[in-house]
Amino acid sequence: MIQALVFYVFAAITVASGVMVISARNPVHAVLFLILAFFNSAGLFLLAGAEFLAMVLVVVYVGAVAVLFLFVVMMLDINFVKLREGFLQYLPIGALIGLILLVELALVYGSWSFAPEAPLSVATRVPDLAVVTNTDALGRLLFTDYFYLFQVAGLVLLVAMIGTILLTLRSRPGVKKQNIARQNARTKETSVELRKVPTRGGI
Amino acid sequence: MELPNFSLALPEIFIALSGMALLILGVFRKQEATQGIAILAVITMVLAALLVPAASGNRAETFGGMFVVDGFAVFSKLLVLVASSLCLVMSVNWLVKEKLERFEYPVLVLFATLGMLLMISANNLIALYLGLELQSLSLYVLAAYQRDSGRATEAGLKYFVLGSLASGMLLYGSSLIYGFAGTTGFDALAKALEHGAPVGVIVGLVFVLAGLAFKISAVPFHMWTPDVYEGAPTPVTAFFAVAPKIAAFSLLVRVMVGPFGAVTAQWQQVVVFVSVASMLVGSFGAIAQSNIKRLMAYSSIGHVGYGLIGLAVGDQVGIRGLLIYLAIYLFMNVGTFAIILAMRQKGRLLEGIDDLAGLSKTHPMMAVAMAIFMFSMAGVPPMAGFWGKFYVFMAAVDKGFITLAILGVLTSVVSAYYYLRIIKVMYFDEPKEALDRGVSGSLTFIMGVNALLIVVFTFIPSPLVSSAGAAAASLFGG
Repeated sequence: MIQALVFYVFAAITVASGVMVISARNPVHAVLFLILAFFNSAGLFLLAGAEFLAMVLVVVYVGAVAVLFLFVVMMLDINFVKLREGFLQYLPIGALIGLILLVELALVYGSWSFAPEAPLSVATRVPDLAVVTNTDALGRLLFTDYFYLFQVAGLVLLVAMIGTILLTLRSRPGVKKQNIARQNARTKETSVELRKVPTRGGI
Repeated sequence: MELPNFSLALPEIFIALSGMALLILGVFRKQEATQGIAILAVITMVLAALLVPAASGNRAETFGGMFVVDGFAVFSKLLVLVASSLCLVMSVNWLVKEKLERFEYPVLVLFATLGMLLMISANNLIALYLGLELQSLSLYVLAAYQRDSGRATEAGLKYFVLGSLASGMLLYGSSLIYGFAGTTGFDALAKALEHGAPVGVIVGLVFVLAGLAFKISAVPFHMWTPDVYEGAPTPVTAFFAVAPKIAAFSLLVRVMVGPFGAVTAQWQQVVVFVSVASMLVGSFGAIAQSNIKRLMAYSSIGHVGYGLIGLAVGDQVGIRGLLIYLAIYLFMNVGTFAIILAMRQKGRLLEGIDDLAGLSKTHPMMAVAMAIFMFSMAGVPPMAGFWGKFYVFMAAVDKGFITLAILGVLTSVVSAYYYLRIIKVMYFDEPKEALDRGVSGSLTFIMGVNALLIVVFTFIPSPLVSSAGAAAASLFGG
């Protein structure tokens, strides 16, 4: 009973903040609602017994992704009013397509059926959760059965990193940079000059 | 826990490790090392191509059934490696001349190629998706490589946004299929679908098909192609036009024939429609083009349509036709792009079809090579391109797809107009201003080799036909 109540609270807030993300006028508010949505989905994960995913969602999405969004929104001077200009114009056709898709999906859902083998093939993958913890079970699958996919996902991230550097890193001439080695190599002889100053002469 | 059989994935592992090693080398040696790294990357691909057949033999799986190697995979992988290495050889000269030497370029080409090899060997929906993303992400960056050019940036962004949408559709479709079968492995999926597929799976199948159709730029998912091909740097366009298409085609074939082989009737109609639409758009869209890269984009859409006839037929003969078509398409396209890359006037790269005027007088050998490629692309008998179309159409007629074959012949007659127009411009128009002399050795080499291969295939088609036949047979467990 309590669990169902908590679920509905989390789910309702997630959906509501999801709606606010796309309808909020102020982009900073939109990102903040996004963070709220992430927190509530983490709660949903906790209810489902996936504590590792809940923590990862908070750490990665709230801690890194959403904060990055916030930075981008605040630092880039994007004219959001201009971006929204065609919104009303495209609304009818967009709504129509969305409605058609919704009806189709409802039809699919209505006639949904599972393959007879489906429950079996899902069950064989999961280790006994009474023996191992959630994180442990994930790790065992990830580093054994899904080892190949894990490695390829790593390569995808590497390519993303190379791409980002390639497209954004520019070497600007004339920028003053700190050169620690040169600073450390300075001695009294290279930087201090002693001069005898005659009285009333100045240098 | 026993270790998976790594030896089956030896070419992929080799390319991944070499790619990382070259990346480190590049970081330490900075941009001067670009040419050296490009050469090393080409050598890597050649060595990987030598490793590919070593892993072949009969159908074998590894990594828990997620990675499969069979005759079909070996054939496609060799095509992809040849295409990528030829394109990289062409790029080196361009990088130097445009003063855009950055060592990331060959590394990204290497990783894109790796993604393609993983796609070809994918035997699981997740493996499919990851291979596809590895390839696509590298290609998005390569499209925007010339980052100071507005057109290249636009091309990269357009490709990225539309490509992400396609990936989203693919994933959504996969989730529906997983929801039905409870597994993402192709073998298990094939077993689950033996008793027919409910509506949910058909919807998922259509979504997957749409995502993959985007990657081969088949109509109606072709809108990005002309813009991206025109905006991207020319050597990148050459790469786009061949290697990813071959990989995505093999993936499409493996998905449709493998897990969805039992529901052929469901996807056949979609593929027939996409094929006809691609042939029509490819042949009529190109007529009004004056930019040769845009023309090649429409031409590639048309060629995808012809290739899809082979898949629509759906049997061993059809897939053999498709593989022959892809192999010939590779050499014709790479050769043509080598000529486009040689079109320079006072050091500036030209892209207009009119700029070829009088090429027969100023560069007779180049004009001959271009004429060979254009005749072949138009499918004029007895050129290689004709045989490619012949095998595909023959398979269609055998299986009773007569309307499809007739439409294919008619559209190839229409497309002959713009291929032959290029020949007319080269041989009968007066030159306004001659193109630069002193075409670089690597480009001349690629033009020559590809023209030679096309001619050789025209007269001795049997080696390619028999190896494509064996590759197709391995897919059908024969």
